This record gives sequence, C-alpha cells and structure tokens, in this order.
Amino acid sequence: MTGRKLQGEHMLTEAGRAEWMSRNAQASALAASPFKQDFPLLAARPDLAFLDSAATAQRPSVVLDAQKSFYETMNANALRGLYQLSFEATEAINASRAHVARFIGLKERSDVRDIVFCRNTSEALNLVAYSYAPTVLGPGDEVCITIMEHHSNLIPWQQACKRTGASLVYLYPNGDGIITEEELRAKIGPRTKIVSAIHVSNVLGVANDVKLMGSIAHEFGAIMIVDGAQSVPHFPIDVNDLGCDFFAFSGHKVFGPMGVGVLWGRHELLEAMPPFLTGGEMIDSVTEQGATWAPTPEKFEAGTQDAAGIYALDAALAYVESVGFEAMQARERALVAQCMRRLSALDFVRIIGPEDPDAHHGVVSFNVCTVHPHDVASILDMDGVAIRAGHHCAQPLLAHLGIDLCCRASFAFYNDSTDIDRLVDALKHVWQMFHGE
Amino acid sequence: MTNAGVYTAALMEHNSHPDYKYDLESFTHEHEGVNPSCGDEMVLKLRLAADGQTIEEAAFTGQGCAVSQASADIMAELITGESVEEAKRLSALFIAMIQGEELSQDDIDDLDEAYQLQSISRMPARVKCAELAWRTLDSMI
Repeated sequence: MTGRKLQGEHMLTEAGRAEWMSRNAQASALAASPFKQDFPLLAARPDLAFLDSAATAQRPSVVLDAQKSFYETMNANALRGLYQLSFEATEAINASRAHVARFIGLKERSDVRDIVFCRNTSEALNLVAYSYAPTVLGPGDEVCITIMEHHSNLIPWQQACKRTGASLVYLYPNGDGIITEEELRAKIGPRTKIVSAIHVSNVLGVANDVKLMGSIAHEFGAIMIVDGAQSVPHFPIDVNDLGCDFFAFSGHKVFGPMGVGVLWGRHELLEAMPPFLTGGEMIDSVTEQGATWAPTPEKFEAGTQDAAGIYALDAALAYVESVGFEAMQARERALVAQCMRRLSALDFVRIIGPEDPDAHHGVVSFNVCTVHPHDVASILDMDGVAIRAGHHCAQPLLAHLGIDLCCRASFAFYNDSTDIDRLVDALKHVWQMFHGE
Repeated sequence: MTNAGVYTAALMEHNSHPDYKYDLESFTHEHEGVNPSCGDEMVLKLRLAADGQTIEEAAFTGQGCAVSQASADIMAELITGESVEEAKRLSALFIAMIQGEELSQDDIDDLDEAYQLQSISRMPARVKCAELAWRTLDSMI
C-alpha cells in the first residue's frame, strides 16, 4: 500500500509534488491546534467550536495574567500619584502606548504621543466625529463612507452630518466586493471633507483598498479615517504606508482585554482638535470659568483609564508578535479555504462574499436555505458550535446585498479542522431538523 | 446552559405545519407585528363574536424564525374559543414567563403547550422572537 502510494508520488511533477506535500502538511497542522492550550477558555472547553472571533477573540493566559498582575503588583492611579506605585502604573501605560505605536508601524519616538487610549473602536470613531468633524463640516460638505461599514463607523457619521448639515455619501462595491477606483472618483470630490472606511468587512471579510481611498481623499483635501477593528487581528498595519489620517481599533479583537481601544491620529490634527470628553487629567489648568487642555494624548483621555487593560493589551500585542502574523495568516487562510470547501459541498448552504478564500480574512458568512439564521445559530449552539447570526451591526450592507440576515463563522489562528468538522455536522443537524422527515 | 429544550418535536411540528397560519378573511381585528432586527413580520387577525367578548377564530400570516412561527401557532390555538379577557391574561402570563418570572402550577397548566417556550427566557437574543405574536395580540385587544 505504502509502496504503491510512493510510486504514485514519484510520478508527480516537481510542482505537483510540492503542492501535495504542502497540502498534507497543512492538513495535519490544522487537525489539532497547538494554540488552544494558550487560551484557558478554549483549553477548558474542548467540546466548544468557537467560531465567533470576529465578534470578540479569546484571550491567551499571558493577557489574563497581565491584567491580574497589574492589580496585584502596580495598582495605583496612573499619572496622578507622587509615589513609586503610581510611577509604575504610569510607566506601564507608557510602555503599552509605545508598543501600540510600533505595532501599527510608527517608528519615531515622538509618534507615541499620537496614540490615544479609549474604550473601543466605536469610542475612537466617535472621538473623531465629535471633535474633528465639526471643525471641517458644514452645509454642502460631504462625508464619504462605504456601504460595508459596521454601525460603529456609520452612525457617528450619520449623526455628525445631522449636526452640521453635511451630507453622507456611500461607496458601493461591485459584484466581487471591490470598491473600484471609478466608484471612488465618482463619489469623492471637492465637497468631500472626510472619507472613513472599514478596513476589513466584518460580514464579507474583504479588505478595502484604503490606501487608494486615502490618496484620492487627499487630492481633494479631505482626510482619511480607517476602522481597523477587523484588520488589526489579521495582518500587519503600517499607518504611514496606508497614508491615512486616523486609524482606530479595539483591543478585544486582537486577543486583548475588552475595555481598551486605540485611536491613532496625525499629530497636527490631534493638536488642533478640541477635546471629546472632558474632566480629570485632560487639563492643563482650570479656573472657575475656564480651562486649558493638556497636550495629546492626555487631552483625549479624560478620567481614570483602564490601566490594567492597557497593560494587558501590551501583553496581547507581544503574544501576537510571538506567534507571528505569517503563521497566523497561514493557518487562517487554510481554515477559511477548508471551511468554504466543506460548506460548498452542502447543497443547502449558500456562502456570501467573494469566491477566493484568501479574500475572506477569517470570515465566512453564509445562509442555510429556508432556515432563519437565528434558528441556525441556536441549533448550532446545542451542538457546541458558537457562531454569530443576525445583521452583524451592518444593516445597510445586508439591505444592499438583498438579504435581511445571515450566519457568520469567523476564524482565528487558534481554530482547527475539528471546529470545521463540528460546524459541518451541526449544519447537517439543522437541515435534518427542518427538512428530514 | 444548553437550549436543547427549545427545538422540541412539538415546536418543529408547529413551525412546519402551522394549523393557524392562513389569511383569515372575515376578521374583526387585525394588527401587524414586526421585529426589525430579526426580519420577523407577522399579521395577526381575529374574529370576535358579535358580543365582542369571545375570540371565535384567530390566524396569522407572515415570516420569521421557527420560534416566532411556532409561538404564533401555539398562541392562536390557545386563544381560539377563549374570552378576550382570558386571552389578555394568557398573553400577560406568557410574557411574564419569557421575562423570566416564576409561574404557579395553575398558570403553567393554563399556558399548556406555550409553556414549552419557557427556556427562551435564558436566551436574551431570542426573547423577541417568542414574544412577537403575544405582544401583537396584547396591543390589539
């Protein structure tokens, strides 16, 4: 048996043989994820197929340990205290800030001052919509976003337009999920003051060419904002290379804690902007009737920050670096390809989004014919498979696609082919429950 | 925390073969219920007796998940032949149950098959599905 197999192998071409070997290596690497051991929740629940990392990722023990260790060893209010413990808390925040800066491609020491900590991507985008937008928007001006936006990068602009009298203009993708240069040039023009786009769609998984969007925005003097919530967990970011003016992401999607998000902005823009939230620690000096502001980033960080979370975010980024994006991407791509292949073989499942698995960035959205997505998700849950179902905080996108709702399985590098097996079996169970007599 | 209890054979039967899902032509009351975030839409129609006190016939049309459809079918069956007052009491009981309140054995008996949806109370994302028909009923009588 083995001998015959080997003979067959010898008959393969050089390229065919390489492909055969890499496929086999991939298959065995996907069989049981060695990374699940790093994640206490996954390690403790071997029967759970967690396929909702695009909603929130699991956290490795190094992150959980860091969070705990902050409170155990350096808990004090950062910035304020004039004693050693407070200095340590402050240093922990500053070290994390510097790490975030490096993580998104910033190299200069001074760049660290342009990293603002907030709660999440939504808050980061609201900060720009409340502090920056009113300084440039008025009646007749336009804000340009894509139809793919998560509500977190949609409602802030709807509201900013309502407050200022500006108009909200949408960019639509073609059938392959691509927003073409033609579409960009048709929508972005002299009236455009702000272009804001989701980097990777949380429904389709496609990556938008935000670099091209930014360069066209800049031609017309508009600024470019990138919602990186779904891109930061999947590939390396260099904000200078992207050429954007603001970049936002959430810690909890990149294996960090739930309460920390990041806004990066160009220094001159941040400096010129008024504060968003006001209160403690964001001031320079205060009188009975007035106040002056602290420099960035403190100007935008009113009140006590989630210092333990910020410290744990540092650990999360270090964890990602230790695994490496190359390894993470290789696993994610193989998992998505396998998932799409397996789902395509089920004639009652329809996959949403591009055909190319590499364009999905961990996300596989689908529907089960005639079965409501909420029923699919509930029955999958009975079988220990956690997926998201609904409108995915992207109602205008789903309306544009002509579907009300859909199911979404999303992968991280810690998933393995067992998770896909469980998903496929559970989907067969759904079909059998609804149509098996 | 499993929800295996929800998708019972009885619920699936109400979903796939709803006896009360049809367009009631000679109705006296009509009301539309929607769950925008679920895409569930339902039109509930009732025919009350001449005295306006008894529900002679109840039927619904529309679309939605299995939970919303089965819940509507179970409700229509339960309230057919009941007084308006009793139907109001039952819908209040059902919503209380879905909101997680404990019911007495008598109340459980009165809800009959609808009590099978009790475990929905632990699934916040599905509460609106189970309640749709009952809230629609409650707002029209």
